[in-house]
Amino acid sequence: MSEVTIPQPTRPWQRKRADTTRSAVSIGLVGFISFVIVLFTGFAGVDGWAVTVFLVSVLLIIIRGRKLSAKERGNAKIQLFITAAALLAFAPWISIFGSVLVKGIVGLKLNFVTSDMRTTVPDDELNMGGALHAMLGSMMMVLMATAITLPLGILSGVYLTEIKGRFTFLVRFVIQSMSGVPSIVAGLFVFTTYVSATHGPTAFGGSLALGILMLPTVARTSEEVLKLVPDDLRSASLALGARQWRTTLMVVLPTVRSGLITAAILGVARVIGETAPLLLTAGSSTAFGFNPIKGPIASLPIYVFGMLQIGTEYAVNRAWTGALVLMLAVFALFFTARKLGGKDKR
Amino acid sequence: MHVVHSRGDKVFRGIVTAGALTSLVILGLIGSFLFARGAQVFSQYGLKFITGTNWSSSMEEGIPSEFGMGPMLVGTIIVSAIALLFAVPMSIAGALYIEFYATGRVRKMLSGLLDLAAAIPSLIFGLWGIQIFTNFGQRWASFLGNRLGFVPIFNTISDNYGRSPFVAGCVLASMVVPITTSVAREVYSRTPRELIDTCYALGGSKWGAIKTVVLPFGKSGVVGGAMLGLGRALGETVAVYLVLNLNFRYTFRILESEGGNVASLIATRFGESSSEELTALVAAGFVLFLLTLSVNMVASAIVAKTTRS
Repeated sequence: MSEVTIPQPTRPWQRKRADTTRSAVSIGLVGFISFVIVLFTGFAGVDGWAVTVFLVSVLLIIIRGRKLSAKERGNAKIQLFITAAALLAFAPWISIFGSVLVKGIVGLKLNFVTSDMRTTVPDDELNMGGALHAMLGSMMMVLMATAITLPLGILSGVYLTEIKGRFTFLVRFVIQSMSGVPSIVAGLFVFTTYVSATHGPTAFGGSLALGILMLPTVARTSEEVLKLVPDDLRSASLALGARQWRTTLMVVLPTVRSGLITAAILGVARVIGETAPLLLTAGSSTAFGFNPIKGPIASLPIYVFGMLQIGTEYAVNRAWTGALVLMLAVFALFFTARKLGGKDKR
Repeated sequence: MHVVHSRGDKVFRGIVTAGALTSLVILGLIGSFLFARGAQVFSQYGLKFITGTNWSSSMEEGIPSEFGMGPMLVGTIIVSAIALLFAVPMSIAGALYIEFYATGRVRKMLSGLLDLAAAIPSLIFGLWGIQIFTNFGQRWASFLGNRLGFVPIFNTISDNYGRSPFVAGCVLASMVVPITTSVAREVYSRTPRELIDTCYALGGSKWGAIKTVVLPFGKSGVVGGAMLGLGRALGETVAVYLVLNLNFRYTFRILESEGGNVASLIATRFGESSSEELTALVAAGFVLFLLTLSVNMVASAIVAKTTRS
């Protein structure tokens, strides 16, 4: 009897040890050669390094790829190009997050969130003055804008998912194109219709402009979450004898309550950093005013913008700190929206 | 689902329809009010308002003001074109990388980063652009200028490369990339899995599959995404205002430290304008509104068409 050999399963998809070592050696080699080149030529800075590493990698792929088939070699080259371009695309955002954090944290002292600029000039030391008035102003305008926009946005969503009347296509199309209205045009519109007809820039004017920019986001998100309501719920309610209005108000909308809050939050995140429309409609001030229809009001974006225009060292520091607070606010809103949005789907 | 409508339902449907149509009303109001306020300028200057080369407001008697937004329209197009030139290839690569090359944790991290980047306010892009990126942009611009200076558009008079349309275009590109990348990614992820697998089964490489299946499949979606990005770039105010050295005359030298766009013209001149100039600015806003609206409408039609099926 001949011996029976039991074939051992091979795992061709698993990386071999030699492969891992080889790629580690390649990376090390690229790093070393790039280091030498950067050392001996004038290529300095992050961008110089990036270009050098890229060129050396291309070279190495060509040299080491001689043994490979043409197909594999081409694949490796393309992968390198795509990775490099993708890195180039993502690099600015990482640079932005990093620089806002590093430069903004310098001025992030307690007084930044507890005092305003009434008795401080931008050139004063960073332990004086702050942006409390700007934060309150932003909050006030955003809340008013939400109060105006949220009902309209939800109505649009309800129209698109519950009523589905003959304007469905038109409404969806208008909302879509409205999201492309430049923010300065929204500001200009509110200026010509409201601000110039009344007493100049006010918080209410600012919130009108923000509302225009917010509406598309709120409407679209509302539609998305209302779509998630199962039809069984609607049918069950109708079968129990409820009319459509009761079904919508007492079954459909309560089901997606947290989703609708998400819509509002995403809308706020969309407009909280808007600067251009507020330049035209809300103006700026050094202290917080409680009357929304009288007098200009400060906001965080305008605070940052104004400080940057002044341009002296401490003023620019204040601008970075304002930007940090703004970015943290946007991220906080964004993560809250994500947490809430995940809830409805379950 | 057939529903018998009671009186309550009719009222309800009426209210909801009215609410849904407010966005249409608002959009119509924006267009008509801006047009009405700017009409005087359009009738006074006619086509010269678009093609005119000079924007000057005179405060004295006898010297007529002149409002021509030609240079700013050209500036808008130049800056946006530079932005798209960089943004589109990077977005395609970024989308392909997230969708087909990155795995596991890296992929999750990158798509989170992409969502966050789309939420960064343009003000922060502007702040970063003028304070951080200008250093790099200036170096790249001078690199280009020194080698390609004989080509007219790369020619410069001064040796000052910072705050040029090139640098502003790069900053706008980093603002456009999140939009375009997420649309491209969305479209690429809808490529039928069987088609890609067929490609592998026939012995194709990953790049082969991408080239023959994924890219052709997602072509119109990417075009739509790029146009959405273009809409944002055309109407951008603060980032351009902060980065560019604003100057309201014709310039085709993209490396020279001067330029502007329509939105930044409005933001700059607004504060100190006479009522006559204000009307002209409103008219300029109307032109910008029409421009971005039409770009955006086409873009959303394309995106809606490609992501529906």
